[in-house]
Amino acid sequence: MPLSAIDLAKQFYDKNPGITPGHRLCPGCAAPTIVKIALMTAIANGYEPVVALATGCLEVSTTIYPYSAWNVPYIHNAFENVSATISGVETAFKAAKKRGEIPADKKLAFFAFGGDGGTYDIGLQSLSGAVERGHKFIYIVYDNEGYMNTGNQRSGSTPTGSDTTTAPVGKKMSGKVQLKKNIVEIMAAHENVYVATVALTDTFDFMKKIEKALAFDGPSFIAAHSACVRFWRVADDQAVETSKLAVETLYWPLYEVERGVYRVTKKIKDPKPVSEYIKSQGRFSAMLKRPDAQEIIDELQQYVTARYERLLALEEATKDKPVRGPWSKKDVQTDEHAM
Amino acid sequence: MAELKGWKDIPIGGLVVEPGSAKKYQTGTWRVLRPIFQSENCINCMFCWLYCPDQSIVVELVDGKPKMKGFDYYSCKGCGLCANVCPKNIDPKTKQPVADEKKAIIMKPETDFVEE
Ligand SMILES: Cc1ncc(C[n+]2csc(CCOP(=O)(O)OP(=O)(O)O)c2C)c(N)n1
Ligand code: SF4
Ligand code: SF4
Ligand code: SF4
Ligand SMILES: [Mg+2]
Repeated sequence: MPLSAIDLAKQFYDKNPGITPGHRLCPGCAAPTIVKIALMTAIANGYEPVVALATGCLEVSTTIYPYSAWNVPYIHNAFENVSATISGVETAFKAAKKRGEIPADKKLAFFAFGGDGGTYDIGLQSLSGAVERGHKFIYIVYDNEGYMNTGNQRSGSTPTGSDTTTAPVGKKMSGKVQLKKNIVEIMAAHENVYVATVALTDTFDFMKKIEKALAFDGPSFIAAHSACVRFWRVADDQAVETSKLAVETLYWPLYEVERGVYRVTKKIKDPKPVSEYIKSQGRFSAMLKRPDAQEIIDELQQYVTARYERLLALEEATKDKPVRGPWSKKDVQTDEHAM
Repeated sequence: MAELKGWKDIPIGGLVVEPGSAKKYQTGTWRVLRPIFQSENCINCMFCWLYCPDQSIVVELVDGKPKMKGFDYYSCKGCGLCANVCPKNIDPKTKQPVADEKKAIIMKPETDFVEE
């Protein structure tokens, strides 16, 4: 059971779970709170977190020499291989346990954090490999829908109609023309994986999913809506509001897929029009001035409605039908190397 | 702010050996708006503490219960998220912001405090 804000404060008021103040993420950036909530949940459940980080805003801003904002074991490798890195860390831990160098009852939680660029695009194959090999880790993408650290370039996650430096809105082009890649479905298509979406607006749902991921006997993938106040062009205090609108408009449906079984964890009875989400953010304002703006919004509306209906249908169709039974111990390939 | 060290004084390989050393780095100088705490209106729900991206909400335990005490202005970047999520800043009926004197957190321009 996730703790309330009051109970979390009771336990962590004088600690800085994960990252300390003094990091140099923009004022109001959603990313550090996502880290904090994930790590507090792990610590509250008796785990010691270990963190690997892909290159991106979160990494760059928390590790500016000669400082580090991290107060848990932490490793950065490169933009494209955070999942390979955490696989190695997890395997080394298992090997050390086997050799008796680490007490058998020590509970570590291995987290990998990556931006959307590092997840949807450049780190996808190392992520898929690590999940396929069945390493016990929790991958969290803080999805700010663009390559933000390098100044707002388009990624596979950038939504249609958003203005970026590599897909700018102009007379000829309406910004990004493709839909956002559905990374959640891609990850859910792996065997024996727990996959979920989370948003800051619902911290209870967020923590519950982290708890599930911690208890799950295999890898987990969590996609977190992560407002970039800088390049989404919203006010500094809007990280939670945008996540609320994202959920209420079905732009960011809250659901989970556990071994192929779908569950919509927050049902939205009367969704707000997706235009409310689009109109609340400056990254869409250039697109909104174009004559085809209504068409673009209508298409997006159709897409999010259809996707939600499909999720509800999948929930019904997959009820109690996991595609793979509980992970059998002798299948854990990573153990072969843990000598 | 920590002083810059010469090459003989830094750990071999330029390693950063102190966890969480970023705490020494002052980000409070970035602030354009300053959050002001009006404790009489606070219900100690800890939402501001939970959401602050810079862990700049000062909390103390009083009789085992967490109490909001104010802000750490050394690190607070003035984003205003704490004020935005504070339930006391919104009228539950109209969903509109309440008058400033009823809020538990108000944001004021940093220029109001230049003499300090
Ligand atoms: C192989 C490689 N290519 C390019 C870069 C430059 N680079 C550093 S961070 C970054 C953007 C990261 O985007 P994302 O993963 O979405 O994280 P964000 O900065 O948005 O949080 C880029 C392109 C790099 N470090 N390595
Ligand atoms: S550019 Fe965006 S994602 Fe990066 S630190 Fe600033 S607000 Fe956060
Ligand atoms: S969010 Fe508002 S009411 Fe809740 S603890 Fe903070 S200041 Fe007090
Ligand atoms: S203004 Fe922002 S940084 Fe400062 S205490 Fe509030 S939420 Fe934290
Ligand atoms: Mg990004």
